Amino acid sequence: MALSFLQAQGISKAFPGVQALQDVNLNLGRGEVLAVVGENGAGKSTLMKILGGVYRADAGTITLDDRPVHFASVDQAQKAGIVLIHQELNLAENLDIAANIFLGREPVWGGPLQLLRRRISNDAVPILERIGLDLSPRTLVANLSIGQQQMVEIARALSLQSRILIMDEPTSSLTQRETERLFEVIRDLKRGGISVLYISHRLKEVEIIADRVSVLRDGRNAGELPRSEIRHEAMVRLMVGRELKQFFQRTRADKPGSNILEVRGLRWAGPGEPVSFTLRASEVVGMAGLIGAGRTELAETIFGIRPRTAGQIRFLDKPLRVRKPIDAIRAGIYLVPEDRRTQGLVLPETVRDNIALPSLERLQFLRLVARRRERQLAEAECRNLNIRTPGIRQTVGLLSGGNQQKVVLAKWLGRAPRVLILDEPTRGVDVGAKTEIYALMDRLAAQGLAILMISSDLEEILGMSDRVLVMHEGRLAGELSRAKLNEEAIMNLATGGMDT
Amino acid sequence: MKKFIGIFVFLLLVYGFLLFANPGARSAENHFNLARRIGLFGVISLGAGMLIISGGIDLSVGSVVGLSATLFAMILRGESWVGRMFVELTGTRNETVLGSYAIITVLITGMLIGSINGLLVTKVRVQAFIVTLCGLFVYRGIARWLANDTVKGLGVTHPGLKHALYSDSEMWGLLRPINRALASLHLPQVSVPVSLVIFLFLVAAAIVFLHFSVYGRYFYAIGSNERAAHYSGVATDRYKLLAYIMCSTLAAFFGILYVMQQNSAQPSDTGNFYELYAIAGAVLGGCSLRGGEGSVFGICVGTTILILLPNLTNMWGISSTLEYTVIGAALLLGAILDEVLRRFGTGRSAR
Repeated sequence: MALSFLQAQGISKAFPGVQALQDVNLNLGRGEVLAVVGENGAGKSTLMKILGGVYRADAGTITLDDRPVHFASVDQAQKAGIVLIHQELNLAENLDIAANIFLGREPVWGGPLQLLRRRISNDAVPILERIGLDLSPRTLVANLSIGQQQMVEIARALSLQSRILIMDEPTSSLTQRETERLFEVIRDLKRGGISVLYISHRLKEVEIIADRVSVLRDGRNAGELPRSEIRHEAMVRLMVGRELKQFFQRTRADKPGSNILEVRGLRWAGPGEPVSFTLRASEVVGMAGLIGAGRTELAETIFGIRPRTAGQIRFLDKPLRVRKPIDAIRAGIYLVPEDRRTQGLVLPETVRDNIALPSLERLQFLRLVARRRERQLAEAECRNLNIRTPGIRQTVGLLSGGNQQKVVLAKWLGRAPRVLILDEPTRGVDVGAKTEIYALMDRLAAQGLAILMISSDLEEILGMSDRVLVMHEGRLAGELSRAKLNEEAIMNLATGGMDT
Repeated sequence: MKKFIGIFVFLLLVYGFLLFANPGARSAENHFNLARRIGLFGVISLGAGMLIISGGIDLSVGSVVGLSATLFAMILRGESWVGRMFVELTGTRNETVLGSYAIITVLITGMLIGSINGLLVTKVRVQAFIVTLCGLFVYRGIARWLANDTVKGLGVTHPGLKHALYSDSEMWGLLRPINRALASLHLPQVSVPVSLVIFLFLVAAAIVFLHFSVYGRYFYAIGSNERAAHYSGVATDRYKLLAYIMCSTLAAFFGILYVMQQNSAQPSDTGNFYELYAIAGAVLGGCSLRGGEGSVFGICVGTTILILLPNLTNMWGISSTLEYTVIGAALLLGAILDEVLRRFGTGRSAR
């Protein structure tokens, strides 16, 4: 290992109601790629923000080249050579690449405006070459792919003469090829003596790129793995503090139950063909497909968010007219939407208010909220789903991703569901909560529910589904029974291949 | 809650300074006048506040006040086709009947205006700011056109109505004990203003509506995250429409009270700028224009501050031409304090 370059010792940080970090240590060598992994809420992002000058630690010391440093702002951290690249990109889309790289550091005077622009563009060329971005510096950022935008962020970081790059989930929106390209750049930076702190949920990528892994759990150091010991199971073990023996628990019924929901020739505005399928009682049906295949649109049409342009929905062998979500809800068909922060939850409100929201019409007396029953419902659901919260009056936005997702589920479980449509139920959810959500799905199916699980996570589809529907470009590309289920078959259908 | 304590302290400060100004400021008469204005302006702040909590905004309040005041005065005078039609059809000139008809007609007009605003926002999906900005022009224009741009005075007609809605402080005998108590304190010719009593009734209704009823829950949910409310099966459009209707109806009601107090309506002037008073009162009281934040109690406190401030400057001998500047500065100060408190409270943002 290279000489210790950046050292953080005894870092602690508290937010109201949460101890985000407790006595955390971190070492980073010169030219080293150190991956920091942990469940959601383990404190990774907080630690990185402290190193990047966004937050100030409550306690602890940071030394750079054996000299203690204190960053009061992002600016100061950048001057010291530490640049944080956020998960959400921060580029001005209406400016070109060069202008973005030098944003805020334009030369004060270099002649008339045109000359100034040329000078910036010229300065940008060697940096772009270094990261292998084969584009003119005059290209508008809005015209770049997400991956290319990521590269521009890195170029910007390099132009700041940074010695340490902190990347927070850099691959979350990259394609496979863009990810590989990013890794090449990281390896190249490494050779140039630049250190990288790499935060990711994607343990497979960590296996590929990291020299060393530091694991955080509940805001503390949970352990470190040297290059030779970086393996998926080892990381998960440290992350959750226990062996996950049965990640997917699915007790399958011998034979499927009666038909609950039939979708016949359903269409919505947009490309595609009519979609037909049936959901039966006690069944978990996976729905796979690429992003943009129309899975979410289908779910939203069944639930009444999107107007139906053709076709019919039959519920318990009777036609069901769904024009608004409430029509589906009254029948017991519920949707756990794709994005819990904008669609699933009212973030500034309490756990109780969120859980009660769809049930208020039952929790009322003369149109006044029956507060006792409301509280009982919320408390019961918190217990039922093991929602970890200081109390039902906690603001939902302050919970971790996994617990937020459980609140979205609790909203519907309080209303006796018949059909649950789950759109990416475990996206951004930590391993522990994931296991619990799978167990819950299994339990609900055993109680006779029909579950449609839309997911881009193939492992999850394979592990949980009794059957799998695959969508491609707005149509149902095929259906795979349990016996025929495997990754290749799904990907073949999802990418437009023929049903085999 | 922290926010609320902040504005409450601010109110106490303003009131404290007012009491120290001079004996005139401390007088019972001044208090009576202040209470009357608080009751009056509270009506529109309440409407605007509830709308803001549900995530909407209404810039047309002032013009709705102008139109409803004009319409109200004209019907009471038996003018315009609305007034004449009623007189022709019923053949009565009975002031009680005519007064009731005028009140109902004006309130229905308010509801209609609110429906138009609300439907344009929810069904046609035009931005609320634009819809109500246009309303600001349109309704004022209609008021001036209806009245031929002349002042509509009531003279000495309709004494009974004025008694009930303005001058009779006994208010159906409800207030007799309180007024007797005030009299025993040797406060001559002072009583509880009718507008304040009416306002307190509205406040009680609003508290039940916003803080205890299912509708209130929906208002807050829609204001905070309309999409999530929609996904939870809340009929978001219906409740947004309701918020616009409530806001405009309260504005129309304000128009009625205002005519009773002024004894006339000026189509080109009555209600000018009142939308800004209404919004300022709600915002001072802790309603966020982002929606989903605020309380009835806060709106009351905000309105009170808004009414006390000009009085304060007046009593301290500051030129009344600076009145708007003081209100604006106070509002800005409140917004700055709120932001600072928020930052202290949460240590920037969590994670």
